[in-house]
Amino acid sequence: MSALLPVQPPMPEPFLELVDISQIFPGVAALDHVSLSVSHGEVIALIGENGAGKSTLMRVLGGVVEPSSGVIRVDGVERRSLTVADAIKAGIAFVHQELNLFDNLDVAGNVYIGREPLHGGPLKLIDRKRLHAQVQPLLDRLEVDFKPDAPLAELSLAQRQLVEIIKALSLDARLVIMDEPTSSLTLTETDRLMQVIAGLRADGVSVIFITHRLNEVMQCAERAVVLRDGRMVGALTRAELAPAAMIRLMIGRDLKSLYVPPAAPPGDSVLEIVDAVTDTYPGRAVSLSVRRGEILGLAGLVGSGRTELARAIFGIDPLRSGAIKLNGEPIRIAEPRAAIQRGIYLVPEDRKRSGLLLDVSITENISLPDLESYQRFWLVNTAREAENAQRQCERLRIRTPGVANFAGSLSGGNQQKIVLAKWLSMRPKVLIFDEPTRGVDVGAKQEIYDILRRLADAGVAILMISSDMEEVIGISDRIAVMREGAISGFLDRSQFSEHNVLQLAVGHTV
Amino acid sequence: MRKKDLSLLILILVVGTVVALINPRFVMVGNLSNTANQVGLFGIFSIAEAFVIITGGIELSVGSVIALLGVLFIDLIVNRDVNWIAAAAIVVAGGLAIGVVHGLLVTKARIQPFVVTLCGLLIYRGAARYYTEDATAGFGFGASFPTLEWLAAGRTNVLGFPLPHSVVALIIVTVVAWVVLHRSVFGRYLYAVGKNEEAARYSGIRANRVVISAYIICGGLTAFSAILIAMYTRSISPAVHGSFYELYAIAAAVLGGCSLRGGEGSIIGVVLGTVLLQVLQNLVNLLGIPSSLNFAVMGTVILIGVLADQYLAQRSRRPMTGRGRPQTSVDAVPREQAKAE
Repeated sequence: MSALLPVQPPMPEPFLELVDISQIFPGVAALDHVSLSVSHGEVIALIGENGAGKSTLMRVLGGVVEPSSGVIRVDGVERRSLTVADAIKAGIAFVHQELNLFDNLDVAGNVYIGREPLHGGPLKLIDRKRLHAQVQPLLDRLEVDFKPDAPLAELSLAQRQLVEIIKALSLDARLVIMDEPTSSLTLTETDRLMQVIAGLRADGVSVIFITHRLNEVMQCAERAVVLRDGRMVGALTRAELAPAAMIRLMIGRDLKSLYVPPAAPPGDSVLEIVDAVTDTYPGRAVSLSVRRGEILGLAGLVGSGRTELARAIFGIDPLRSGAIKLNGEPIRIAEPRAAIQRGIYLVPEDRKRSGLLLDVSITENISLPDLESYQRFWLVNTAREAENAQRQCERLRIRTPGVANFAGSLSGGNQQKIVLAKWLSMRPKVLIFDEPTRGVDVGAKQEIYDILRRLADAGVAILMISSDMEEVIGISDRIAVMREGAISGFLDRSQFSEHNVLQLAVGHTV
Repeated sequence: MRKKDLSLLILILVVGTVVALINPRFVMVGNLSNTANQVGLFGIFSIAEAFVIITGGIELSVGSVIALLGVLFIDLIVNRDVNWIAAAAIVVAGGLAIGVVHGLLVTKARIQPFVVTLCGLLIYRGAARYYTEDATAGFGFGASFPTLEWLAAGRTNVLGFPLPHSVVALIIVTVVAWVVLHRSVFGRYLYAVGKNEEAARYSGIRANRVVISAYIICGGLTAFSAILIAMYTRSISPAVHGSFYELYAIAAAVLGGCSLRGGEGSIIGVVLGTVLLQVLQNLVNLLGIPSSLNFAVMGTVILIGVLADQYLAQRSRRPMTGRGRPQTSVDAVPREQAKAE
């Protein structure tokens, strides 16, 4: 901290300014002339929908990415960009969404990793006594309930977050950036974190936190900055902070109309979930039903329990309680194979990890879940297998030099179509899509939407998890919104609006 | 034949030619027949090992299992008057049971394959020594099993070449294993689980069952080779019999293109790997290299082989990534965006 500070009048000058920052990724502006200033002891909430550019902006501040244009002013010194070292020197500390801590070290070891006090002598052994002594005052400052020598592996997620904050303080941070710090915390843990933020503020440390939870903004922010599509669309002062005002700023994009109505009104319920409870949200139950020929969009914030629900329906994780019914009959799904045998298929979120064998041919990927139907005396009929792969490639317009090529050699959109081709070679009754167009280029996106509608019209019940507002509103026939492990509401097409979806997602009734 | 297998074959031919030129005894019928016999014996348990390695696991207890089941087999037929067919069935059943136990420990108890089979290595070796009270198990004076001896350790003249029956056994095992691995549904599952267990599970494959099956196949084949080896050596000192055989097996699998990360490798490659190892061993004898250097020569050749293979693979991959890159970057842009929030 600058020694001059005490004699200055109480902080008229911000110590950190971002001016006209733009960040252009090929073909898209992730940040578009965004300006932001931070004064000492100020708590700023950064809000906006998924993809608004919040994390990118914070990465510019943390020195992780270099902005395409704009100026960063630290203590009046102008620069084009920061490096991570610059950011640390300027007192900017990042508490990451995925915590960057070492499970096999204790608290003190994590806080002072790479900066451990050493004994003298040629061996440079770590002075554990001094290490622990240095950490203790920081722990006292945040009034935490663990000791410097507590093994990190034994700490809860909330406590680990505090360790990250302590690490930031040990670096004399003037600004602590938290990226969705409360997304995996319980209510009491969240309250504790809010107290810690208030304490930091009292000590003159500034905090920027990204959140989707508007009540937290109300609780502890002095200012909320709203981003939308990479642009800063507004800033609200403490007096102006109200959920309605925030939501109004967050939405308001022009959504292209993608909607193609179904060929026929939806039929009977095919998949029915009754009071399903997953391990992630014990005590929160989900009930919903997907009808024949219908695309049910499942909206919600990242971490609202949608993927967990999909995994439970598909038999990856067990359901804690509740029932799944297919065409009215209760079924038990203990493993993916059981779901597949009943015609319930999942197109997973992370296709590189769970959807495809990247260094295996397109043909073998497509036939994998249904390999038994290609067998003749235990052996795979490779001719029929390749024939089907060829047919699926033509049907789904998968662009590849040949079906013998590795799946991993194709673009994201074509890879996603291969995952689809696996299931379309069989007889889907229920198709669950988890983020169907993540990492898919625009052209392939539209093709995938067309396929979804065609499948629905052919009588398949489709459950589509999506965090892309345009997609949820543009493709679904009906939307269910999840929040913190439970359904917060259903919307019919007449009620579709970004506003309504967002309100349900962040916790206000329509 | 895959390209990798072909280059391994060429390497074997080159080494063989060089050895033959220096010492023509290498290509004499007697020497070739003996070397072939070694290949037959070692090839079977190397194929066994390959099944486990393809799932991404490892089996370190092969040598100890060969010792334990070997002394068991000899004890049954020599001392307990068990019919040799029944004894063989008991021994194979024992191998299968060991496979079940290893498979369950790896999949259900979630212990790392290295640890499970390392414990197996110690336990079975100890059990073998205890079983015979550390005495050598062998055929007593006059004990004779003509049919069994002919089947397991005999040779048949084929066009003037005394073909060891172990080679015939290896050929049969190779053909069956090749069909299973490269043509059957189960083989596909085995590779799929080895490459990406999670994606295999999402495709409805019961990954645990596949992995357990691999250990069972490995146990069964190892037991079979234990019988052949016992009949070949005719006497077994349980403290040393079969020791380091697991390393021959792993070396053959690695030479044959198996990756210890799983999902790679071919049966032909494993057999060729075994051939190369035995040719090297033979080379040490024939070229007058001190036999104490045996392992050192093998280790050096494997290391050079793997290095050369990696170098060649990198060279051939380079132009391909050049072509693939624009496609992946199209994919990477929206991914970046997705991550950006």
